[in-house]
Amino acid sequence: MGDSKLDLLQGTLDLMVLQTLAAMGSLHGYGIARRIEQISGDEVLLNQGTIYASLVRLQQRGWIDAAWGTSDNNRKAKFYSITETGRKQLAQDAAYWERLAGVMGRVLAMQNEGGGQ
Amino acid sequence: MTGTTKSSSKTVSKTSLAASLRRAFGRLRSFFRRKPLDQELNDEMASHIDLAIEENMRRGMPEEEARRQALVRFGGVQQAREQHRETRGLPWMDILMQDVRFTCRTLRKDRGFTIVAILILGLGVGANVAVFSVVNTILLRPLPFHDAQQLVWITGNKGEGGQSSMTYSVDAYEDYKAANQTLQGVTAYFAFYGQGDYKLTGYGDPQPVNGVPVAGNFFQVLGVQPKLGRLFTPEELVKGGRPAVLLGEPYWRRQFHADPNIVGQTIQLNKTPTVVAGVIPATFDFGSVFAPGTRMDIFVPAVMNDMREWGNVFFFVGRMKPDVGIGQVQAEADMLFPRFYHSKKQPESKGDYTGTVWGLKEYVSGKLHRSLVVLWGAVGLIMLIVCVNLSNLLLARSAARGKEFAMRSVLGAGRGRLIRQLLTESLVLSAAGAVLGLGIAYAVVTWLAHQGSIALPLLSSIRVDASALGWTLVIAVAAAVFFGLAPGLKMSSGDLQESLKDSGHGASVGRKHDRMRSVLVVSEVALACILLVGAGLLLRSFLHVIDIDLGFQPQRAAAMAVSFDDGNKQENVGPVLENMLDHVKAIPGIEAAGISDMLPLDRNRGWNLWRKDRNPDQAPETGTFVQIVTPEYIKAFGMRLIKGRDFSWNDSTHAQHVVIINEYLARREWPGQDPIGRLAVTNGEISQVIGVVADVKETGLETDPGAEMYLPITQWGPAGAELLVRTNLPPDALAASVMKVLRQLNPGQPATEFRPIQHLVDHSVSPRKFFVLLVSIFAGLGLFLASLGIYGVISYSVTRQTQEIGIRMALGATRSKVQLSVIGKTLRLAAIGIAVGAVLSFVLARGIASLLYGTEPTDPVTFAGMVVLLGLVALVAGYLPARRASRIDPMIALRTN
Repeated sequence: MGDSKLDLLQGTLDLMVLQTLAAMGSLHGYGIARRIEQISGDEVLLNQGTIYASLVRLQQRGWIDAAWGTSDNNRKAKFYSITETGRKQLAQDAAYWERLAGVMGRVLAMQNEGGGQ
Repeated sequence: MTGTTKSSSKTVSKTSLAASLRRAFGRLRSFFRRKPLDQELNDEMASHIDLAIEENMRRGMPEEEARRQALVRFGGVQQAREQHRETRGLPWMDILMQDVRFTCRTLRKDRGFTIVAILILGLGVGANVAVFSVVNTILLRPLPFHDAQQLVWITGNKGEGGQSSMTYSVDAYEDYKAANQTLQGVTAYFAFYGQGDYKLTGYGDPQPVNGVPVAGNFFQVLGVQPKLGRLFTPEELVKGGRPAVLLGEPYWRRQFHADPNIVGQTIQLNKTPTVVAGVIPATFDFGSVFAPGTRMDIFVPAVMNDMREWGNVFFFVGRMKPDVGIGQVQAEADMLFPRFYHSKKQPESKGDYTGTVWGLKEYVSGKLHRSLVVLWGAVGLIMLIVCVNLSNLLLARSAARGKEFAMRSVLGAGRGRLIRQLLTESLVLSAAGAVLGLGIAYAVVTWLAHQGSIALPLLSSIRVDASALGWTLVIAVAAAVFFGLAPGLKMSSGDLQESLKDSGHGASVGRKHDRMRSVLVVSEVALACILLVGAGLLLRSFLHVIDIDLGFQPQRAAAMAVSFDDGNKQENVGPVLENMLDHVKAIPGIEAAGISDMLPLDRNRGWNLWRKDRNPDQAPETGTFVQIVTPEYIKAFGMRLIKGRDFSWNDSTHAQHVVIINEYLARREWPGQDPIGRLAVTNGEISQVIGVVADVKETGLETDPGAEMYLPITQWGPAGAELLVRTNLPPDALAASVMKVLRQLNPGQPATEFRPIQHLVDHSVSPRKFFVLLVSIFAGLGLFLASLGIYGVISYSVTRQTQEIGIRMALGATRSKVQLSVIGKTLRLAAIGIAVGAVLSFVLARGIASLLYGTEPTDPVTFAGMVVLLGLVALVAGYLPARRASRIDPMIALRTN
């Protein structure tokens, strides 16, 4: 793999943002982006700017709220937090991802057994 | 497992539906709050970068490097902004707005093109919407009654012949009402009402009023509620009951200034105190449904016992029960009608009736079906020509804009994006055209709705309504796609490099454009040719119709309803009228005067006549039209006495009954013999034939005259009196002096005006005139548009070939040679178009054969005339650019590039 980074699958960024907010509470855009980068061990190719499209989409769906506030070091920033419906959605989406990941894992394992020469 | 999957997917879909709705709403809101949202995003991104720089500096980077790293990690600021906008708002709307703004800018720059395009479109859309409104009102929309599809019209003699053969007696009406099982209600109105039958007194001079007696349940069956007051009550419907009247709303407004207190009051009608029961709303226009082109002022109750012995007097209208079809009503009528009596006092009068059932709508407008479809087809052709013309204009423009589009394409605009831009342009144009067209249609329709004298049903209720607006939308969008798509596809598919290099003069892309434009012009000429041939055929038919021998001279003749007092004694009628006519004839300017109780093309009545020695069982079935007239009426009306003599005042009640017959009757009853002096049975009386007159067009100009007879007013009771004068002055100038004479003789004479007989003729031909006029206008429009198209193409090709022509002239080509070559090209295009159009017309003309009169659908004169006309117009359209081409100065043409 080396230094080539993972392209994000469609829709995965939204889920990451939701999980981040669920775990960390209220965060600003930069904080969310940094957190995802850190957690992924810098394996995800993320232009930080793209996070804002994701944020506005989640906001329009009513899964997150936003409000202007001040950061620890006294900077004005827009803070996002997950809503109740957002939590429900996160639970559903997470379950889906886990099932999909499980299925993918099993399928790929099968290929290794059958196709091994 | 599967169960849980299902249920979970269901909850997901439910929440995601709510979420999608929220999102759609959010997007819509964002679209309108672009500025503040952009500002907020900018702030947010700025704070993002600041936070990143701060963190980087905390890690020990110098400020410069910290900023650089922060920006690198952020990615493209502009992309992030665009992505944000696309996600939060309505990107397609953004693009659309952008396109519309851009279109408006380019169109404003190219003002000449824009004005021409919008004008052409406006004319096309206007014609289409106006005709659609007419078609919609007359053919498509139900009649203005509730559940109008339940209403039926029942007529005798299959709806053919005069009014007497289509109507029924009071006894038949009552029997049908009692015996039928298929109708909720049957009602009737009196067929033989005349103009100004009633006379209103007490409001200045006596006023003539148009009224019709209707059965007591007339308005209930039609489902018309009075606007004010009530309908007739039972005591107003019996013999000797309280006289009552219902006023039509327009008359109530005109005569009584919309005074609501008139209801319940008593007015003097025909010198009888009559109570005003109520006002019938203007939404029910009797004339426009039952007698197109006439006006009805009042409704009076038809008192059955008064009319019982009057013979056939009623037209029938029925309302079917909800689950009954016309077929069932017809089947029942076939069984019932032969059992009805003309009069129950004469048992042998049973069995003469038949009943033919029509949907009322079909009866009212069925005859116009084909004319209206043709009219619709004509405006459809106009719209096609408009579209072709605009395609042509846009193509010319696109040739000039080829480079612009190539440039945009090179800069990254996709093919879809370019087509979208072009479609937006045509949509903006057609929207503007549609607005103009709606204005035109509104004006035309408003004008038409006030043409009370055109004998088309429902004309007064024509308006531009919601469905017409919908139709406009459909036409506008269809037109935009049609005329925008072809040039759009053409342009965006061009080879970029070629376009960028193409200087626009004689390159291959240009050639392709040229060919396409030629095809468009040819089709335009062909379409115009079809329109012209159709209009030509209809016009020739119209000329034939107005050139028909009417059997009388309408010019300089006028009629006026008169009342006279004979003291209810038949023997007084002669002397009273002779005196009246003597006085009228003494007025300077009056050449001849006579009186008839009915006028041809106005209203009619049918009795019977056969030769005395004919076996009554073999009596002819069709009735004979009757007019009861004074001596000299025949002369005053301009009829031709072929044989024998006119009536005289000496043909009194005591003398031998006499009759004048028309040539048709003479041929039918006494073929090959001289009918003068022979005896005939006229409505049961023995009469001697004293004269034969030429056939008169009784019911319509295009209907062949049938049997007609004239009876002397001195021997038969007239049903009204129309004073007919032949003048050598305009009738209006004489009205006052005639009225003065009449008033001297009879103070109760209502204040009527002269009706020029020409109006009766005009009224009769008005539907045909209306259609001919419209189709001719459309054909003219088509011709104009086609010539515009030819001019555009030729003129454009001359401009493009300026250099080439310059070279040819430098090499010795003369001016006339250049001119000839340009005109030759024009005529070639026109000839192809005319040939195609003529073939199509030849095929299509059969479709309008039934609308023609005395003209074959293949009429060579019309076809030749149209070919010559189109050819001439093409010549003119080509000559202007040809002249310009021949004036090209070779030196200038070669120098400029």
